[in-house]
Amino acid sequence: MTLVCVKDLHKSFGDLEVLKGVDLDVAPGEVVAIIGRSGSGKSTLLRCLNQLEQHDGGNIEIAGQRLDAEAMAPSELSRNVGMVFQSFNLFPHKTVGENVMLAPVVVRGVNKQEASRVAREVLDKVGMLEKFDAYPAQLSGGQQQRVAIARALAMKPKVLLCDEVTSALDPELVGEVLLVLEALAEEGMTLILVTHEMKFAHDVADRVVFMHHGRIHEQGDPKTLFNHPRTPELRQFISAVR
Amino acid sequence: MIEFTLWDIVRNLLLAARWTIVLSLIAFVGGASLGLLFTVLRLSGNRLLKVMIGVYVDVFQGTPLLMQLFLAYFGAAALGFNVSAWAAASVALTLFTSAFLCDIWRGCLEAVPRGQWHASRVLGMDYLQTMRHVILPQALRLSVPPTVGFSVQVVKGTALASVIGFVELTKAGTMLNNATFAPFTIFALVALIYFALCYPLSRYSRYLERRLYDAGMR
Ligand SMILES: Nc1ncnc2c1ncn2[C@@H]1O[C@H](COP(=O)(O)OP(=O)(O)OP(=O)(O)O)[C@@H](O)[C@H]1O
Ligand SMILES: [Mg+2]
Repeated sequence: MTLVCVKDLHKSFGDLEVLKGVDLDVAPGEVVAIIGRSGSGKSTLLRCLNQLEQHDGGNIEIAGQRLDAEAMAPSELSRNVGMVFQSFNLFPHKTVGENVMLAPVVVRGVNKQEASRVAREVLDKVGMLEKFDAYPAQLSGGQQQRVAIARALAMKPKVLLCDEVTSALDPELVGEVLLVLEALAEEGMTLILVTHEMKFAHDVADRVVFMHHGRIHEQGDPKTLFNHPRTPELRQFISAVR
Repeated sequence: MIEFTLWDIVRNLLLAARWTIVLSLIAFVGGASLGLLFTVLRLSGNRLLKVMIGVYVDVFQGTPLLMQLFLAYFGAAALGFNVSAWAAASVALTLFTSAFLCDIWRGCLEAVPRGQWHASRVLGMDYLQTMRHVILPQALRLSVPPTVGFSVQVVKGTALASVIGFVELTKAGTMLNNATFAPFTIFALVALIYFALCYPLSRYSRYLERRLYDAGMR
């Protein structure tokens, strides 16, 4: 059984072909780490999965729902896919609690009380409950990112996409965010994360996918992949980031 | 010749300053309403409207306010409309203000980071929901300092209405000068009154700007 099914995905920006036929199946509860050099198409792949980019060829199916060339209503898509960004993108004019409650209320029509209950639940999960009434500007980067994760979780997506969610953080703040992701993984959340944290990919991911020039060049379970890379490109990549 | 005491001069200038204030208010309120309408129309996604409003903004930003006043006053007369200096000045300043505010507000909408659109989108919000709950509230806050700041330009812009014979502060100064031949005293007083009108506005806009900065919105 697969939750996310990507077949022969193609995407170009003008003349630049960024995805040249990507196949990727993700099972429910699986944690997939995507690694690869800058420009290899990792972000583009994630952005196609939630229609921030429209793919040109191939197809994507998430929880049995086909993402065609025609854009799906954002509210429909949000039932299946959530996303956390490198730059947090919290709403600066809203408190932590309001950030988390906004989409359930506006998109799902959940009443305020229920939304607040869910918000407290997910904020507690990321250890940010006591900041319920704080504004994003009053939080550290790591705290903001944890709130962003909670905000995504409040929509109860079936799969959570994370694009380098620790890259904008000071080194000492990376750990707290990775811990939250690890806890989510253990809870059975399906995660697809682009990451430069090789240790995290190694320790937490069920599968690591190495992208190279718009294709999945090599993939496998983390121990095998990192310890016995088969292709010279992956070998070179691993030695470069170590 | 009639003798003017200093108090006579000050009193007359202050009386004339009322019309500067009234004209400023008309221009600002009218300009803001029209500017808001244009901003909304620009967002509506209609190509033709967008281009037309763009041209409108460029024309009013790219020509001197003085010419706009001349056109509103003498141009209307040439077309057979007998407009008062009042009406001409109000119309010209309103249009001028609307063009600048429309452009300022477009800038504020665009200044909201693209990541806010993306985040809203992946949370399931559509265009209108995103505008209403995420973009507009932020753009509104961003727009307050430059809008208040621009109101200073409007106040000073009303001085040009004197050339079409509208008796506001500057025109009153000129007339008093013709009667008293005390240009230094009079124009120093005129400048002082403008300063008293504008300085609080620019201080206020700077204060608002700092507050935004502290709130982490920039
Ligand atoms: N909107 C866009 N318009 C044009 N080109 C784009 C656009 N988005 C991405 N690209 C290009 O597509 C290529 C792949 O970009 P992508 O962001 O997917 O790479 P990445 O693997 O995520 O890299 P990084 O590790 O630097 O984030 C790059 O060459 C990039 O310049
Ligand atoms: Mg990227």
